[in-house]
Amino acid sequence: MLKIENLSAIVADKPILKGLSLTINPGEIHAIMGPNGAGKSTLGYTLGGRPGYDVTGGSVSFAGEDLFALEPHERAAAGLFLGFQYPVEIPGVSFVQFLREAANAQRKVRGEAPLSGGEFLKLAKEKAGLLRMEMDMLKRPVNVGFSGGEKKRAEMVQMGILDPKLAILDETDSGLDIDALRICGEGINAIMRKPDKAVLLITHYQRLLDYVKPDFVHVLAGGRIVRTGGPELALELEEQGYEAVAA
Amino acid sequence: MSDTLTLPTRRDEAFRYADLAALEPLWPLATQEIRVAAGEAGALALVLDGTNADARDLSIVLEDGASFDLRLLNAGSAYGRIAVSVTLGKAAKFHLGAAQIAGGDQTAEIVTQVTHAEPDALSTQIVRSVLAGHATGTYLGKVAVARGAIGTDGSQSIRAMLLDRTATANARPELEIYADDVKCAHGCAVGELDPQSLFYLAQRGLPPAQAKKLMLQAFIAEAFVGAADEETLTQAALDALEAIL
Repeated sequence: MLKIENLSAIVADKPILKGLSLTINPGEIHAIMGPNGAGKSTLGYTLGGRPGYDVTGGSVSFAGEDLFALEPHERAAAGLFLGFQYPVEIPGVSFVQFLREAANAQRKVRGEAPLSGGEFLKLAKEKAGLLRMEMDMLKRPVNVGFSGGEKKRAEMVQMGILDPKLAILDETDSGLDIDALRICGEGINAIMRKPDKAVLLITHYQRLLDYVKPDFVHVLAGGRIVRTGGPELALELEEQGYEAVAA
Repeated sequence: MSDTLTLPTRRDEAFRYADLAALEPLWPLATQEIRVAAGEAGALALVLDGTNADARDLSIVLEDGASFDLRLLNAGSAYGRIAVSVTLGKAAKFHLGAAQIAGGDQTAEIVTQVTHAEPDALSTQIVRSVLAGHATGTYLGKVAVARGAIGTDGSQSIRAMLLDRTATANARPELEIYADDVKCAHGCAVGELDPQSLFYLAQRGLPPAQAKKLMLQAFIAEAFVGAADEETLTQAALDALEAIL
């Protein structure tokens, strides 16, 4: 589904990713862990196509397409979802309006019929329910006045509505209390743990992985993947720290 | 105002940013006079969205306790100018809500002179401009408070959004106060759309123009909140916006 080969990227002229390779197949859940500044968020933003994150080498194919030939909104329509570490607040625009427009913009690119207002609300209600979020929250302006935990849950509701093939979740677990962590973890499983979908979890801690069991754990350090293992690698990291394991 | 038949020059403050070449064939302008009797209420929505250059001159006199709600949409034509002069009597109320939307080489300008001639009058002005390409959007607004016009409350909220670095916004709110015990506030900001927010919307699947429109919709809507024909005006503004995105 996603094949990253020897990817290099710079941010503000500073090399961050230095020859990163990673393959994710349908049905798999991968976790990327690593110390601060290793390039974890840069990987997510580069794949999402954020301006200012410039690819200087390597290639990425996503669902058979050259990812970097696509604009950010085309990547979304192709099925790539990026869960933000810091979701953006947009005053004056309601979640419901934004998400319906986004879902229908994606459907248009894929040649599917747009969702009617009723169809959309039914879908939104179902996904909000999965994340134990009141529909009233989705009538409010995008992320405005939301707590850190509510923003992360709202990200997962968006993921449920947009139904991507691949979700890259950047520190979805940061800022969550114990209950919200469990709700988000269960939401990720319910939405994404399917044979035709895949997840790349970017995280610092083992705790999210207690709920969302990864098939592979990678250690990212110095802009490349320095070690790959199974779920036990996360536990080893938790015990010994990055320095010992990544050395 | 010495000679209304002679075309103004750029030395005239009220025409400093005007497109004089476009103005010339329209000159001299006929002033549209509006007078609202004591205690009465009036309203006007003026939309300049034709393709030809257009310049309007409004003069509004509000007698004691009168009120007036003026809404302007200045969009579409190569040159659009709306000049408004308002004189408020005792405890009169004046509200202006305006949006200017311009792209290409368009010039859009709103020039206001609001005079609080008597005590206890209220004036509020909200002007929102969205400028793309090489467009110029100007707001020149003077609030004058006459001697003895105590209890005056005058406010100006002027904001412009530049969609391209090549567009120009001029904003000059001005206060001239000859009375004590008055409340006059002005806020003025020129900004750009937050690139982080645009990326967030794009990552959810919105093409750039649609993302910008979504972000600007609330910005523009502030100009028409509470208008009698709020929906029509907002829709006309969104159509104008779509044309420059």
